[in-house]
Amino acid sequence: MSLIPPGLSRQFSLTRTWPLIQDVLVFATVLAVFYGILTIAHYWLGQAVPVTEISRSPWSLPRYAFYSLVRMGIAYFLSLLFAVTYGRIAAYNKTLQPFMVAVLDILQSIPVLSFLPGVMLAMVSLFPSKQVGVELGSIILIFTGQVWNMAFSFYSSLKSIPRELSEASTIYRFGKWQRFFQLELPYGAIGLIWNSIVSVAGGWFFLMACEMFVLGKRDFRLPGLGSYLQTAAGNGDTYAMIWGLVAMVGVILLIDQLIWRPAIAWSNKFKFEQVESTHAPTSPLLHLLRNSRALNAFREKTVEPLGERINLYFARRRPDHPRSATTPAWLKSLGALLAILAIAGVGYEVFRAFALLRGVTGMEFKGLMKGAGATFLRVNVSLLLASAWTIPAGVAIGFNPKLARIMQPVTQIAASVPATALFPVLLLGIVQLGGGLGVGSVVLMLLGTQWYILFNVIAGASAIPSDLREVANLFHFSRADRWRIVILPGIFPYLVTGLVTASGGAWNASIVAEYFHFKDAVMSTVGLGAQISAATDAGRFDTLLMATIVMATLVVCTNRLVWRPLYRLAETKYRLES
Amino acid sequence: MRETIIEARALEKFYGEPGDNPIQVIAPTDISVYAGEILAVLGPSGSGKSTLLRMLTGLSMPSAGEVRWHGKPVAGQSPNVSIVFQSFALFPWLTVLENVEAPLKARGIAEIPRRKRSLKILETVGLDGFEAAYPKELSGGMKQRVGFARALVVEPEVLFMDEPFSALDVLTAENLRTETLELWANKSIPTRAIYLVTHNIEEAVLLADRIVVLGKNPGRIRTDFQVGLPQPRDRKSAGFLQLVDYIYKVLTQPDAAPQIAPETEKAARGKYPMLPHARPGGISGMLEILTDRGGHDDIYHLADDLSFEIDDVLPIVEAASMLGFVNVSEGDVGLTTAGRQYVEADIAERKELFGKAVLERVTLIRQIKRALESKSNHTLPDEFFHDTLDEHFSEEETVQQLQTAINWGRYAGLFDYDSASRKFYIAEEKTETVRG
Repeated sequence: MSLIPPGLSRQFSLTRTWPLIQDVLVFATVLAVFYGILTIAHYWLGQAVPVTEISRSPWSLPRYAFYSLVRMGIAYFLSLLFAVTYGRIAAYNKTLQPFMVAVLDILQSIPVLSFLPGVMLAMVSLFPSKQVGVELGSIILIFTGQVWNMAFSFYSSLKSIPRELSEASTIYRFGKWQRFFQLELPYGAIGLIWNSIVSVAGGWFFLMACEMFVLGKRDFRLPGLGSYLQTAAGNGDTYAMIWGLVAMVGVILLIDQLIWRPAIAWSNKFKFEQVESTHAPTSPLLHLLRNSRALNAFREKTVEPLGERINLYFARRRPDHPRSATTPAWLKSLGALLAILAIAGVGYEVFRAFALLRGVTGMEFKGLMKGAGATFLRVNVSLLLASAWTIPAGVAIGFNPKLARIMQPVTQIAASVPATALFPVLLLGIVQLGGGLGVGSVVLMLLGTQWYILFNVIAGASAIPSDLREVANLFHFSRADRWRIVILPGIFPYLVTGLVTASGGAWNASIVAEYFHFKDAVMSTVGLGAQISAATDAGRFDTLLMATIVMATLVVCTNRLVWRPLYRLAETKYRLES
Repeated sequence: MRETIIEARALEKFYGEPGDNPIQVIAPTDISVYAGEILAVLGPSGSGKSTLLRMLTGLSMPSAGEVRWHGKPVAGQSPNVSIVFQSFALFPWLTVLENVEAPLKARGIAEIPRRKRSLKILETVGLDGFEAAYPKELSGGMKQRVGFARALVVEPEVLFMDEPFSALDVLTAENLRTETLELWANKSIPTRAIYLVTHNIEEAVLLADRIVVLGKNPGRIRTDFQVGLPQPRDRKSAGFLQLVDYIYKVLTQPDAAPQIAPETEKAARGKYPMLPHARPGGISGMLEILTDRGGHDDIYHLADDLSFEIDDVLPIVEAASMLGFVNVSEGDVGLTTAGRQYVEADIAERKELFGKAVLERVTLIRQIKRALESKSNHTLPDEFFHDTLDEHFSEEETVQQLQTAINWGRYAGLFDYDSASRKFYIAEEKTETVRG
C-alpha cells in the first residue's frame, strides 16, 4: 500500500496544519450558540408589544435575520421529529397505514396560508401576555408547510427497505433502538435530506408571509426578514428593500454552504449501493468537522459512550423471547377507546364547521366560484408561461454539461430566493408600469414556480442516454422529430414531477399574490386567493373556511384527475430503464 | 440415533385469506435437521425453498403445522441461528467491523469483549486488515466473507445459508465453498449443523451430507437421501456424476408438470396447468442444440455445456415437452417428430407450428384466444384473465403466467397485448397485411 492517492496526501497536510484554527472555530460557534439562546429566551418571554415597530435601518438586519432563522430552525426540527415518527407508525401499523397515507396526500394539497388566522388566534389566546404566542403560531404554520413531504419520504423509504436487510436485523435480534439507528434512519437519510432542502425552501416562502399580517382589527408583527421587506416595500423604501434582499440571499446561501452541502456530502455514506460511485459530493466544511480534534474527542468522550450505554440498556432489558410478546388486552381496549374518541371528536368538529358554513350566503358562494375560476386560469397560464421558457432552456442546459456547470449554481441561487420576499419589490415595479394585480399576480406565481419545472427539465434532459441522441443525429431527424421522438418523451417523467410541484406552489402563491397591503391601501384582484386573504383581514371565518375548502378540493381533484394519470403514464410508458 | 435439532411436522404455507381459496405454496411437509450434518435443500424456483427456510428459522410463521427446536415450539423462543444471505444483506453505512459487531451489540455484549470476538472471527474468515473498510469497497467474495463473519460471530447452533454463492462469479464461489467446508471439517466453528439452500445441483452434491430435493406447485419434498461420498469430493468421479444425474432425473420426472388431457380439464379443476417461464427463442435454441447432438441428450450434459443452472434449463425443457416437441424420460431429452419438423421449418412456418402446438396444448392461451374471438371488438382487459388465474396462483405468479402467455401468443401471432391500456386484442388487419 505505498500508493497514496492525491486527495489523501492533501488530507494529511490539512490534519497537521489546521487543528488550532479548527478548534478556535468550533469554540467560537459554541459560544455564539449559547449567546443566541440567551437572546431568544429574553425576547420570547418578554411582554407582548401591541405593535412591534419594524425598523428599516440595515443595522437591524442581522438581528432580524437571526430571529427568522431561529423560527425556521425550530419549525424544521419539529418537522423532522414529526416526519420520522409519523413515517414509522404509518409504515408498521397495518391498520392505520391506509388512513395515514391518505391524510398525507390530502394535507400536502391544502393551502397552508389559510390556516394562518385560526392558528394565530389559538396561540395568542394560549399565551395572551407573552410574545411567545405569536411566535409559536408562525412556527406551527411553517411546520405545517414543510412537514408532509418529509413524512412521506421517510414512510416510503421504510417501505422500500430490502427484504433481506430487514430479515438480517430480525434474525440478529436487533431491538427497536438498534433497528432504528442502524437500519431505518440510515436507509431513509438521503431522502430525508433532499426533502428537507425542498421543505426549508418552502418554509422561507411562508415565513415571509406570516411574519406580518392583519387579522380583523389586530395587527401581528414579528421582527424578522419578512416583516422588514414588507415594511420597506409598504413605505416604498428602495434602499431598505435592496438591503433586505441582500441579507435574505446571503442567509440562504450561507445555509446552503454551511448545512445542506455538508449534509449531502455526509449522507453519501448512506447510499444503498454495492459499488462505490465515482462522483461523490464533497464539502470543505464537512472535511473540517471530520478532522477537528476537539470535535472528535468530544464525540469519543460523550456521544459514543452514551449511545453505547443506551444501546446496552435496551439490549439487556429486552426479554429473550421477543416474538411471544402480544399486546395485552387492556392496551387493545384502550386503543379502541382512543379511536372512538378521535372519531367522535372529528365528527363534532366537522359538524361545527358545517354549522359555520351556513353563514356563507348564496351570493358569496357564487363569488367564490367566480374567484376559483379566475385563479384556476391564472395558475394554468403561469404554468404554461413557465413551461414555454423553461423547457427549451432546461433542455439546452441539460444537453450541454459545460453550460450546466456554469448555470446550475446561478439558477440555484435564483431559485432559492423565496418568491414571497420578491413580491413587494416586484409589485412596486408593476404599479409603476401601470399594471394591475390581475396580470401582476400571474407574474408573481410564475416567479415562485418556474424553478421547479426548470430543475426537473435539466435533470430529465441530462438523463437522456447519449445513444438516443446519436440515433437522432445518425438518421438526420428534423428538429420537430427530434423533439417529438427523443426529447419530449425523454423528459416527460421529470416534466410531470416539475409541473405537479409547480402547480401546488402556484395555488399557494395565489393567496399572497392576489391581495396586497401597499402604502396603507389594499391592492387586490378577482380570485380565490384574494378572497382568502380578504376574509382573513376582515376576520370572516365562514368565508375563509368555505374558500379554503373550495381551494383544497380543486387542488386534490386536479391531482387525482390530471397529475396522477400522467404520473402513471410516465412510470410505465416513458420510463428509461437503465 | 442422531440428535434432532429442528423438527418440522406437517408444515404448510398459504398465501391469501383463509377461506378465500388460498394459494398453497408449500404442501404439508416434514423435515428435520440433525446435529453434525450439512443439509442441502435443492429445488427449482417456485418450490418454496426460501419460504421453508424462513419458517424453520422463525422469521415467518407457518400457516399450519409446527416447527420445534429441541422439542419445543419455535414460537416463543428465539433460537440461536444465523443466515448468510444471497444478497449479502450487509449494512452499507457500517464498516466491516461494525457490521460484524452489530449482532453482538443486539445481544447486549459490552464493547471490549464484543470487539475481541469480532476481530477474531474476521481473522478466521481471512478479513484481517479490512476492519475499517465499508462493504462497497469490497469485491463480491469479500462481501460474502463479511456475511459469513457476521453469521459466525454469534456462534449459531445452526447456520442457515440462502443461496450464499449464487451472486458470486464461478471461481470466487468455488473458493468460498472450499473454505466453508474446511472451517466445518476442522471444527473451527462451534456450529452444529449447516442448512444450505441452493439451486445448484453440483454445489449440493459437493458439500452436503444429506440432500432434500423439493418439487413445485405446491412445494413439497420429492426425495431425501444421504450422500455417502467421502470428502473431499471429486467432481469427475463416477459416484459424483451418478448422484448429479439422479437428481436431474428426479427433477424432470413427469409429475413436475402434470399433463392434463382436454377432456379431463373440468375434473382436474383446482390444478390449473402452469406455464413454464421459457421464451420461444430459448425453446428454439434448445431444440437446435439437441438436433446438433443427434436429437437426443442427457439434461445434465446439456445444462453443463451451456453452464446453465437448473432454473435456466428446466423451464425450457418443460416448455418444449409441454408443446410436444421433446420427450423427457429418466433425465434424458429426445426430439419428437413434431420437434424435428419445427427445427427444419423456416421462420414463418415455425411461428405457425408453434401456434398450433400452443393452441392444442396450453389451456391458458387457448382460453385467451377463445375469449377474444367471442368478443365483437376482439379486445379484453387483462384483469379478466387475472381473476381466473388468481384462484390458482399467487399474485406474483399470476403476473408471470400472463407475461409468459403474452410472449408465446405474440410469437405465434395469435393475439397481441397493449401494455399501456393493459388489454389483450387480436389485430386482424395486421395479419392480413402480413400475408398480402
